[in-house]
Amino acid sequence: MLSFALKRLGVAILVALTVSVITFSMIYLSGDPAMALAGEAATAEDIANIREFYGYNRPILIQYLDWLFRALQGDFGQSHYLKTDVASVIFERLPTTMLLGACAISFALILSIPLGVIAAIRPNSLIDRFALTIAVVGQAMPSFWFALTLMLWFGINWRLLPITGTASWLNFIMPSIALGYYVTPGVMRLTRAGMLEVLASDYIRTARAKGLRPLRVLFKHALRNAILPVVSLAAVQFGFMLGGSIVIETIFAINGLGFLAWESIQRADLPMMQAIVLVLSIFYILLTFLADMINAFLDPRIRVT
Amino acid sequence: MAKPILDVENLSVDINVPSGVLRAVQNISFSVARGETLCIVGESGCGKSITALSLMNLLPRTARRSADTLLLDGQDLSSLREREMSDLRGNAMAMIFQEPMTSLNPAYSIGNQLEEAMRRHRNVSNSEARDRAVFLLEKVGITGARGRLGQYPHQLSGGLRQRVMIAMCLMCEPALILADEPTTALDVTIQAQILHLLAELRDEFETSLILITHDLGIVARVADRVAVMYAGEFVETGTAEQVFNAPSHPYTQGLLRCIPIPGKTKRGAHLGAIPGIVPNLVGRLEGCHFASRCPHVHDACRSGQLALRPAFEESHHYRCVLSPEACAENLKSGVAA
Repeated sequence: MLSFALKRLGVAILVALTVSVITFSMIYLSGDPAMALAGEAATAEDIANIREFYGYNRPILIQYLDWLFRALQGDFGQSHYLKTDVASVIFERLPTTMLLGACAISFALILSIPLGVIAAIRPNSLIDRFALTIAVVGQAMPSFWFALTLMLWFGINWRLLPITGTASWLNFIMPSIALGYYVTPGVMRLTRAGMLEVLASDYIRTARAKGLRPLRVLFKHALRNAILPVVSLAAVQFGFMLGGSIVIETIFAINGLGFLAWESIQRADLPMMQAIVLVLSIFYILLTFLADMINAFLDPRIRVT
Repeated sequence: MAKPILDVENLSVDINVPSGVLRAVQNISFSVARGETLCIVGESGCGKSITALSLMNLLPRTARRSADTLLLDGQDLSSLREREMSDLRGNAMAMIFQEPMTSLNPAYSIGNQLEEAMRRHRNVSNSEARDRAVFLLEKVGITGARGRLGQYPHQLSGGLRQRVMIAMCLMCEPALILADEPTTALDVTIQAQILHLLAELRDEFETSLILITHDLGIVARVADRVAVMYAGEFVETGTAEQVFNAPSHPYTQGLLRCIPIPGKTKRGAHLGAIPGIVPNLVGRLEGCHFASRCPHVHDACRSGQLALRPAFEESHHYRCVLSPEACAENLKSGVAA
């Protein structure tokens, strides 16, 4: 188990390094950063000064290493637009996005896993059809439209929930549902397919032949084996929610990382975007690592490979 | 005769399939005495496994069981609800399956799975259950049993896994063990060991055994009584000697001719084979089920319902229109299926 964890950790670090290289090279993707910063009216001397000031005149490898070591110490430089420390802005916004993501993924899992299990126990029953309908509708419905519909009914027509902001936990209900609902179909179908396969397996028959109660067969013997791919999917989707909540955060005016990313793109604030991409990528990598660890805990066969 | 552990009369299993009702098992009757081994023999698809699963009430949802009598140690199984039935499964009756490679849950240690089988039915402490598991693992010939409790199925070979399955069956000292082709998936040397083990444990724990197999070699070694099954019916029943020494039904005769006998069967000679395939069991079959493959078939075979009839000895029955004398003649002349 320990050697498996170390191996996965090594892979995670390599992936993180690769991501950092790509993130760093972002500043050169749209041409010479010094020229972009200087603006159209700048003289050659201004550009040279800016190049000197930001260190763009050094060899690219040195620039990268310098940037990487600063980033490792939590220093992502200055925002070109806000003229403040990038790290402090990000770490101010991060908790909001994390909270939203956690609520959304919890909503998605709490809804989809039981539905998937029930659909697998009674395939082609009424409840299976109902779950399938939810899946198809969820897959087909754009999340921005769903978010606006929620707002219209719960926020405006019935006045049950606040529409915008992050003042209380009530503000998080609609964004969490809007963000989480999109993930529900995939998780549910995967749970259903996994459970169907596992429930038909020989070891479930063995468990029943031992006289075990149906609920014990279901939860101890079946779900643990069926849930493995769901864990991996949930981890990826959680990472996606952290980065992909741009739309939802914008609609509900939530001051999170997604909203910040959207703002920074508009302002061409490169250090900020770099830092956001890097931080979110690191979260992705951490989540994948965590999913691997959970799966290794659940299935002993994974531990040895 | 003492009261049997298992008494079955007219057990039938119907399975709903898209094309109609598949009559997988049709009116079979048998009983098993304490410590006795009954072998149910037949080729794939004849209804052997369905018979075993129906006794355990583990049939697929599309299947329906009916029986005039279904008594386990005097208790009527057909009147039990699923909840009461599950109290007996793994307790009074236990089952060993054909596929040791997939019959254990890969996510749990074998100790966990063994102890669970006991804790479900007995009010025992964890350490008592663990001691019982170690005791039985040693009984089934696994060395260093205590250290192996923490091992997972994927760390064990097929033979070892089947031994674990056998130990699991014995956790609650069942009166009856159903073994469905327990050695089919194992290689030949392991087969012999597992069979020997089953016979030994049967004697030691005075357990009755229903052994389901297509392998007549196995039957010859462990059976007290034999039921030959064909297309959902018993076509011949009797003691092992009766069935092996004086097979009456053309199908049994054919099966026995499929086994080469060292020293008797000539090198290079053709081994017997039964031509044709098992008939489709959807809907009602008229006459003898074996008629389409039987070398002695004539018009009388094709209509009506055949009953099991006694052969020369009282406990020996077969299902054929031919008289016992005619059957014995067929056997001698060598014209079997």
